[in-house]
Amino acid sequence: MLKHHAKVEKNVLFLVLGIFLTVSIGGIVEILPLFTIESTIEKVKGVRPYSPLELAGRNIYIREGCYLCHSQMIRPFRDESERYGHYSLAAESMYDRPFQWGSKRTGPDLARVGGKYSNEWHTRHLVNPRSVVPESVMPGYPHLAKTPLDGQDIAEHLKTLQFLGDPYTVEMIDNARADLANQATPDADVDGLLARYPKAAVGDFDGQPGRLTEMDAVIAYMQILGRMVDFTDFDPASADR
Amino acid sequence: MSAATHTMGAVTHSEARSPYLEDIVKKFTIASVFWGIIGFLVGVYIAFQLAYPALNLDLPWTTFGRLRPLHTSAVIFAFGGNVLIGTSFYVVQRTCRASLFGGNSLAQFVFWGYQLFIVMAALGYVTGVTQSREYAEPEWFVDLWLTIVWVAYLAVFVGTLLKRREPHIYVANWFYLAFIITIALLHIGNNLAVPVSFFGSKSYSAYSGVQDAMTQWWYGHNAVGFFLTAGFLAIMYYFVPKRAERPVYSYRLSIVHFWALIFLYIWAGPHHLHYTALPDWAQTLGMVFSVMLWMPSWGGMINGIMTLSGAWEKLRTDPVLRFMVTSVGFYGMSTFEGPLMSIKAVNSLSHYTDWTIGHVHSGALGWVAYISFGALYYLVPVLWKRTQLYSMRLVSYHFWIASIGIVLYIAAMWISGIMQGLMWRAYDEWGFLQYSFIETVEAMHPYYVIRAFGGVLFLIGGLIMAYNMYRTVRGDVRVEKPFEAAPGAPNTVPAE
Repeated sequence: MLKHHAKVEKNVLFLVLGIFLTVSIGGIVEILPLFTIESTIEKVKGVRPYSPLELAGRNIYIREGCYLCHSQMIRPFRDESERYGHYSLAAESMYDRPFQWGSKRTGPDLARVGGKYSNEWHTRHLVNPRSVVPESVMPGYPHLAKTPLDGQDIAEHLKTLQFLGDPYTVEMIDNARADLANQATPDADVDGLLARYPKAAVGDFDGQPGRLTEMDAVIAYMQILGRMVDFTDFDPASADR
Repeated sequence: MSAATHTMGAVTHSEARSPYLEDIVKKFTIASVFWGIIGFLVGVYIAFQLAYPALNLDLPWTTFGRLRPLHTSAVIFAFGGNVLIGTSFYVVQRTCRASLFGGNSLAQFVFWGYQLFIVMAALGYVTGVTQSREYAEPEWFVDLWLTIVWVAYLAVFVGTLLKRREPHIYVANWFYLAFIITIALLHIGNNLAVPVSFFGSKSYSAYSGVQDAMTQWWYGHNAVGFFLTAGFLAIMYYFVPKRAERPVYSYRLSIVHFWALIFLYIWAGPHHLHYTALPDWAQTLGMVFSVMLWMPSWGGMINGIMTLSGAWEKLRTDPVLRFMVTSVGFYGMSTFEGPLMSIKAVNSLSHYTDWTIGHVHSGALGWVAYISFGALYYLVPVLWKRTQLYSMRLVSYHFWIASIGIVLYIAAMWISGIMQGLMWRAYDEWGFLQYSFIETVEAMHPYYVIRAFGGVLFLIGGLIMAYNMYRTVRGDVRVEKPFEAAPGAPNTVPAE
């Protein structure tokens, strides 16, 4: 063996190629099949791309690094399903670019936080977490309620995601600017919006009905988390898992 | 200032004699110490934020969520990266008996290009420009810039290997090469994204959901495997034998553990995704390969520690060697803990808790930082042509203060992590969950304080090192009692 290895350690090309091939194998075997094996993502109804406001909120969630303390991945354990709800499906994050499963729970899992707290609670909590949860160690985000939401280029975001393969339609892209504003405007006509994005939470989120703020977007995003799939008619066997 | 002038004056003179480019290694050495201190400082600050949330200051730029990537990138890529590139430039020249390929200008480009990458990434984090991929947070334009710099780095390294005047490529260079090639592969593979516009910072990942998660942790775990392990093993393979003045323990072992390590590491990523929506087959592969990884990891540890055969007494008199050997010990400990935590049953408890944070820090502080400190303490007198370090006593103080810091840190995280994992799954006598989530947060507080205090000690150690190196570069020698060669040896003259 030592004799043969001498060839490798006297020739840079052999060494470079040897390293490249050796480190390529594991990745190929573990990653490529995830794109081809059909059962990787369950076939369930209800999962849809994010509405413009939810997407804007999700980008703020990413910007603030929320994923560093909050997971969005409920594991199939008794205590987790009692604490957070049904275990997370791969299908539920199929339009998440990038995924937000997280790796640490300094705070609780948020995969199914949608609908669990009122908009008012979320606003208070984000402005000053300790006003509603005295023992919390979460930072306050008072600036979210003060900063107007910059949604100028939201249609470009939808187009980018469409390019990557997410099922945004021409209609969705054309209405992106209007949908962004209408979702957080009380008494706006949201029939079209809700047809395009079923189950989207609508109305004023941040307690400032006249303003569209970053707080509106973040809360709209959190209120849809985990609510897209209807688990009353979910059957793991038929979902091909 | 006088030191700087002195050095500048000496450059032309020494380079006329030395066939190697050493000015560039000096730059990397200074950058390593500088970024190290910044990284430790930010780490201490965010550790205190978790104990005292008022320190988030209610400002967008100072929240934990924005500073945490600043901490991780500062210590991994700024501190660790500068140590790796700097030592690789030093080692590859000496072991190939050739000066750097591309000459001074290409090496300078790698240095300044890499510093620019660090600054761009850091500014992005505090202003909220992030991809939210752990340890790969920089956005697309920063990634592109790093790719250019990395290709230049690869060219310098491979070019120098090609013009070597030694028949064999020394083992340290295999590890450096594996680190450079694999990081390039991982960096490009994990950062494939489409920007929303050419003039905006925002991009969307080419992958989504489960495939995205697998790609990210293929990257994430191998950033540990190739940046924080293979690269620093290269440092071990050059600097431990040099400092101990002993040959590497086993040539055969280094061959076997090199190929086994780089082959197995790549498979271990899925252990970050146990019990998630990642398919079971991938999780199982990740677990099995992670457990197997224990063997080549300990092969490296044995090769490093046994290199001291016949030179054990130097540990008593040489605190620099003590840093190096302790680091290899920590490497052995954390590469045992890692496979343990990758077992699904253990991971069901440890995942999402501070145990993971403690594990990472026993590797990062104990292994990566200690082997770096050892190499830097070795390099500074050599590069600046000083006969010795300013003070060996200060090296020893650094060692003990930092070691107590590490012990406090990892012990606090073991306790808090395991405790929180157990509290989450605890049921009371009526079959209800015993603790609300916030009760488990409250229980963490004392351990977060202890952890932060451990971090303060580690930072103090770093400051002692910076001072010691500054005085060494100035050419000062501290009047102090030297370490005795052996017990019973005649007493040396006490310090005045």
